[in-house]
Amino acid sequence: MSRCIKTVAAVSLLLMSTLVHAQRFPNVGRPATEQEIAAWDIDVRPDFKGLPKGSGTVAKGMQVWEGKCASCHGTFGESNEVFTPIVGGTTKEDSKTGRVAALADGRQPQRTTLMKVPTVSTLWDYINRAMPWTAPKSLTTEEVYGVTAYILNMAEIVPDDFTLSHENIEQVQRQMPNRNGMTTSHGMWELKGKPDVHNVACMKDCPTEATVRSVLPDAARNAHGNIAQQNRPFGAVRGTDTSKPPVTAAVSSGRRNELAVLDAGQARTPVAVAAPTATGGALAKQHSCVACHGATNKIVGPGFTEIAAKYKGDPAAESRLFDKVKNGASGTWGPIPMPAQSHVKDDDIKAIVTWIVGGAKQ
Amino acid sequence: MSESNGKAGRIVRAPEHFVDPTVAHEITQHGLNAARRGFLRQSFLAASAALASGTALASASKMTDGDPNILTLPEHSTTLGKPVAANPYGVPSRFETNLLRRESPGLTRVNAASVSFTPLQGLFGIITPSGLHFERHHQGWHDIDPSKHRFMINGLVKNPKVYTMDDLMRMPSVSRMHFIECGANTAMEWGNVAVPTVQYSHGMLSCSEFTGVPLSVLLEDCGYDKKNGKFVLAEGADGSGMTRTIAIERALDDVIVAWGMNGEMLRPENGYPLRLVVPGVQGVSWVKWLRRIEVGDKPYATKDEAIHYIDAMPDGMYRQYTSIQECKSVITTPSGGQRLLDKGFYNITGLAWSGRGKIKRVDVSVDGGKSWRTARLETPVLSKCLTRFNIDWTWDGSPVVLQSRAIDETDYVQPKINQLRAVRGTKSIYHNNAIQSWQVAASGEVSNVQVY
Repeated sequence: MSRCIKTVAAVSLLLMSTLVHAQRFPNVGRPATEQEIAAWDIDVRPDFKGLPKGSGTVAKGMQVWEGKCASCHGTFGESNEVFTPIVGGTTKEDSKTGRVAALADGRQPQRTTLMKVPTVSTLWDYINRAMPWTAPKSLTTEEVYGVTAYILNMAEIVPDDFTLSHENIEQVQRQMPNRNGMTTSHGMWELKGKPDVHNVACMKDCPTEATVRSVLPDAARNAHGNIAQQNRPFGAVRGTDTSKPPVTAAVSSGRRNELAVLDAGQARTPVAVAAPTATGGALAKQHSCVACHGATNKIVGPGFTEIAAKYKGDPAAESRLFDKVKNGASGTWGPIPMPAQSHVKDDDIKAIVTWIVGGAKQ
Repeated sequence: MSESNGKAGRIVRAPEHFVDPTVAHEITQHGLNAARRGFLRQSFLAASAALASGTALASASKMTDGDPNILTLPEHSTTLGKPVAANPYGVPSRFETNLLRRESPGLTRVNAASVSFTPLQGLFGIITPSGLHFERHHQGWHDIDPSKHRFMINGLVKNPKVYTMDDLMRMPSVSRMHFIECGANTAMEWGNVAVPTVQYSHGMLSCSEFTGVPLSVLLEDCGYDKKNGKFVLAEGADGSGMTRTIAIERALDDVIVAWGMNGEMLRPENGYPLRLVVPGVQGVSWVKWLRRIEVGDKPYATKDEAIHYIDAMPDGMYRQYTSIQECKSVITTPSGGQRLLDKGFYNITGLAWSGRGKIKRVDVSVDGGKSWRTARLETPVLSKCLTRFNIDWTWDGSPVVLQSRAIDETDYVQPKINQLRAVRGTKSIYHNNAIQSWQVAASGEVSNVQVY
C-alpha cells in the first residue's frame, strides 16, 4: 500500500513537473474567453475574414451620413474642409481597369480616398473601428454597411437602390477603381529588401550643380513663428529673428563677445510659459471645436467671434448656445449641421460658450 | 516612536556617521563643551573672513578689471539654495523655454490627428527627452488607467490569452535603445523646400531606451502557429483603433511589447501604458495603447495600409506596406533658421540612423557636396538607433552649403534628393531620406535649400 502511495506520489510529482516545464510562465496571463475575443477581434481582411454578416442600403447610409458624417466630410463626401476628400477623381472606366487614370496623369490636384483605396474591406473596417470622428465604434453593423454603400454610391460604383451585404461585398470589391493600383514589389517591407535608390560615397571632386534648386519661399520665413524663440539664447548659434527680413550684411570680423552679452541679457528674463488653465479657448481646442470653427472665420461652421457678434445683447445667448452645442443644431449658419456634442462635459460646454459669448479672446 | 502619531512624512534622523554615538548623545544632552565650541568658532571666523574679502574685491572692481559676472558674486553663490525635492518631479530650468514640441501650421486641420515635432536643433547626444518626444495621433490621445488595460493575443495560436500589466511586467524584460521615425518625416520637402528648420523638416524623429517583453516570448507563450502564422496584426485601444500588419519574421526578431521609456513608464502621448516597439520600421507600426496582437496567414490592408501610409509612385501605382526607414542623416547644428554670430570655429553636429542596422560612417561636406570629410561617430553606435556625429569646422565667413551623408552597415549610401526623385517622383509623401542641405549666408543666417 505504502509503495502504491509512493508510486502515485512519484507519478503525480512527475506530472506536475512536466506541466510546470511545459508552461514557462506559470500564473502569468489567462485564457481569453470567446466573448472577449469577439468583443475585440473586429478587423476585416481583404478576403473578408472577420466581416460580420449583415447588410445596409444606400438609403440607410445616406441617412446616417447626413446625421453623423457630412459635418466633416461634406454632403457628397467631397469636402476638403476638415479632412481630405473621400469621393471624387474616379471614373466608370477606372472601375473597368482597376487603375485610377488620374493618379498617373496628375490632373487631380488632390488624391481622394476612393482614388487610392483598393479594397472595400478597408473602407468597411475603417468606418466600423474609427468613425464617427468623435464617437468611434458607435455605429451598428447595418449602419456600417449602409455608409460604405453610400460612399460607393456617391462614387457611382453602386446604384442608388443598392443593398451592400456580406454576400455581395466581394463582387463590389472587384469594381473598385484602384483595385489594381497597389504593389508590394519594393524593397521597403523586408529588412533585407533591396534598395531602389543608389548613391556612391564620392569624397573628392564630386559632381554637383552650381545652382541652388530650391530655397525657402519668402512667405514661409516666419510662417512657423519667430525662429529666434525656437532656439536657445546662448550656445554655439542663435535662432534667426524671422519677424524681420533677412540680414544682408556679412558678420563682423570681430569676436562675438558683445553680441553674446547682449543675447545673454535676453536669457535673464525667461519667457513665462502659460500655465495650462482650462479656459474656454483651451477647451475649444481640446474638444476639437477648432476643427470646424475658426477664431474669426468660418471653416465648416461660423467663426467664434462671428457667433459672439450674432448673439451680442441677447441675454439668453449662453443657454441657447449651450443647447445648440450639446444637442446639435442646423440652419442658423448654412446647410451643414452642427453635430451634437453630448460627449463633452456640461461644465466644459458652459465654459466654452461663456468664452465665445465673451468675445472668444485668445 | 509613538510621538510620530500619524504625522505624514516625519523624517527620522539618520545616525551621525562622523561622530561616535556616545559623543553624539552627550552633545544632544549637554550641548558642546568649550573645546568643541572653540573649534567650530574658528572655522566660522575663517569662513566669514573669506566672504568679507570677496565682497571687498567685487565692490572695488566696478567695470574695470573684467566681467562683472565673475567679479561680482551672483546671488546663487551667496545665498542658500532651494531644498531637495522642491520639484518632486524635476522640470527643465526656467531658462529652457524655447525648445518645445511644436506643430507645423497648415500641415493638418484637426489637431487630434496631427503631429508635433521634436526640436532637434537644440538637443544633444542621441536620447530624446521624453517630454520632447514627437507626437503623432490619429484620433487624439488618452491617459489610460493601467489597472484596466488589457492585452490580448489571438488568431492562429493554440492558447488565446489575456495579459494584465501585472502579468506583462513580471515577465523577463529587455531594455533597448532605438530610434522611431514617422514614415512621413521630411514629407513636406519632396517637391521643394517648404519648412524653415530641422524641427519641421526632420522632427518626426525621436530615440529612447524602451523596456518590455519581446513579442517572440509572448507569441511562444500563446503557442503561435509556426506553420501558418505568416503575419501579425497589432491593434491599438484608442479611438482610431490603429492597426498595422507586421511580417512574422519581423515580429519574432526584435519587436518589443514595451511599457518603459527612458527609465520610467511611457508618457501618455507615447502610448501609456503599453506600446509596440518595431525597431527600424516607421512609427505608425509602433502601435500605441496596444491592446491586441492577432496572428494570421495574410496581410490585413488596414486603413493605414491601404489609404494612408502608401507611397505614390510616378506611374500612378502605390507602394503598399513600405515600412523600413532607410539610412538617413541630418546636421542639427548649424541648421535652418539658426544664425552664426561670427566667423571662426564651430562643431558641426548631427544625427544618423538606419532601419537596416548600424551606422557605419557619416561624411560631411561644407561645399555643397563637391568634397567630403568623414565625421567622428560618438558612442554608442547601436543597431536601429540614432548615432551622433561631430566634425570640426572653421568658418571663414563666405557663403557655404553644409550637408551630411550617412552609410549603414549594408553599405547603402544616403541618396541625394535628385536621385530619390529620379526613382520615386515628388508625390510619394513618405520615406524621404534625402541628404539635407543647409546654406550659410555671409550674414551667418542658415537656411533650408535643395541642391542637386
